[in-house]
Amino acid sequence: MSNIVLQVEDLHTSFFTRAGEVKAVDGVSFYVREGETFGIVGESGCGKSVTGLSILRLLPEPAGQVVGGKIIMEGKSLLELNPKQMRAYRGKMISMILQDPMSSLNPVYTIGDQIGESVRLHQDLPENMVEAEVIDALRLLRIPSPEMRAREYPFQLSGGMRQRAVGAIAMSCRPRLLIADEPTTALDATIQAQYIALFEDIQEKTNVAIIFITHDFGVVARICDRVGVMYAGKIVETASTRDIFKNPKHPYTKALIQSVPQLDKKDERLFSIEGQPPSLLRLPKGCRFYPRCTVSMDICKEQEPPEVKIGENRSVSCWRVK
Amino acid sequence: MAKVILEARDVVKHYPVTKGLLQRTVGWVRAVDGVSFSVEQGKTLSIVGESGAGKTTVARQILLLEKLTSGSILFEGTDLYKMSPAQVKDDYRPKVHYVQQNPWSSMNPRMRIRDVVGEPIFVNTKQTKKTVYTEVGKLLDQVGIDTDGMTRYPHEFSGGQRQRIAVARALALNPTLLILDEPVSALDVSIRAQIMNLFKDLQSKFDLSYIVIAHNLATVRYMSHSVAIMYLGQLVEYGDSEALFERPLHPYTRALISASQLTLPEDSEGKAQQIILTGEMPSPLNPPSGCRFHTRCTEASDKCSKDVPEMRKVGKQMVKCHHYD
Repeated sequence: MSNIVLQVEDLHTSFFTRAGEVKAVDGVSFYVREGETFGIVGESGCGKSVTGLSILRLLPEPAGQVVGGKIIMEGKSLLELNPKQMRAYRGKMISMILQDPMSSLNPVYTIGDQIGESVRLHQDLPENMVEAEVIDALRLLRIPSPEMRAREYPFQLSGGMRQRAVGAIAMSCRPRLLIADEPTTALDATIQAQYIALFEDIQEKTNVAIIFITHDFGVVARICDRVGVMYAGKIVETASTRDIFKNPKHPYTKALIQSVPQLDKKDERLFSIEGQPPSLLRLPKGCRFYPRCTVSMDICKEQEPPEVKIGENRSVSCWRVK
Repeated sequence: MAKVILEARDVVKHYPVTKGLLQRTVGWVRAVDGVSFSVEQGKTLSIVGESGAGKTTVARQILLLEKLTSGSILFEGTDLYKMSPAQVKDDYRPKVHYVQQNPWSSMNPRMRIRDVVGEPIFVNTKQTKKTVYTEVGKLLDQVGIDTDGMTRYPHEFSGGQRQRIAVARALALNPTLLILDEPVSALDVSIRAQIMNLFKDLQSKFDLSYIVIAHNLATVRYMSHSVAIMYLGQLVEYGDSEALFERPLHPYTRALISASQLTLPEDSEGKAQQIILTGEMPSPLNPPSGCRFHTRCTEASDKCSKDVPEMRKVGKQMVKCHHYD
């Protein structure tokens, strides 16, 4: 099996607000291997984006802080690096793609300038080589006529092309790890399908490890090898994509998958999870999903379920699963 | 056959593109280019398409927020664009309501919920505050919001709750038709199902008609009785929802369906069958000759780039494609 690129162990990230400590990420562990895509799925506010930002140490400090746990990238503990060392990681070893391409691109610089910025910062290259790298990155993302596109500004590109340009910036230094935070959410269905196919191709070529953050199970099924389902700051279930869909164990995973309307079957009534996720300021004492769970027991109310390993690559936090 | 509530006949919207000091018209953006459909009482029609297809323009035309370049829209048999302003105010506006995509921007943050929901009643009738608020209580009850929330402000509610409040407001005057613009796409997965079920319940309870504007086909299939697929200002396929999903005819419909299907990673057969379109939707300023889809179509022939296909009936659907000539 290929090497583990990133290992996150028992990560705790909190935001300290006037109302109290918000435990946005509360004990999250996972790993991602070379050439593998690990999906983090969950609803808004479950802590999936904060997990991504914690890895890059881009939390809005001082309010947001990693308060515990380890983030290990190929033997190096990222949390122990000083700011200068960390800067050398960002963009070079780890890069990120965000949801809205228009707000991650600078409107007054050309696409070429913006890709070149990260190349110049991380690679000691003469100017003519930088340009070649830029064109190369655009080509990797299959942007037609790259020489021309490099001289254009973001407003001249369509939504799909802009998101590819963002991808080109992220991939320009051939990072070992890519964190993609809802990169396809703002795209149209047919363009989304193109983008996903493109990423599979890029992964094959560069062997980059991808952490794919999304709320969309359709996207998960297409691109992820393994998935962690997050709920209220915790990963409640980790499994291969196949197991998540075919044989979900945690009641939350089961309910989520059932509540996604599917094209090939038409139900009269959709299954729905009643209620809403708990406030992270006032978490329930026992299992976080307890108030919405349909199969809860007495113990669920009192004690938090431990993470139980069932089989290789699979773990669930639920009292029902032994 | 059920009563037809709304009918669009060959609706067109062209926006002029102007240039220079004298604002000379140098071209036209063909946002909507000959769209016809009808909605029956108690049924749902979904208009599906990617951004730029013109679906929101059609919705705005139905709401009289946009003038027609040509064509007509009939509401219960009367031509909307021939109604007098007084008729529109008394006979049309109270019966047709709009639910927007984003429950965060569609409410005034400084109004209490009872005023947000009660506003249509205040504007259209002369009832006392007390009777309106009792009415609001009933409306909130119907959409599953606790009436204790009446004096609270929008920011105190979650996204799903706000969308329920928006629905309560749309129901305030007992409408016959609701236009739902991406009603669930801003909501979380576990909340979406709740809201979609709510729409269905309300439909059967009040015999409401819906026009749903959407891009997610799975949502559309669950909600609608008929579907209209739009591409670059035109309908490419239109008909009974079941038939359309069972046997999609137009290559674009097939690509859309393929893009929304759940394919597992090891399902290599499913992957091989996936249709991934190349390129993007062309500009409506300069639509391609012949069939507007031919630049991205996987099955295009010479004829497709030359002749404009006609809408024709095939089975239970209408389709605009040369393959069915």
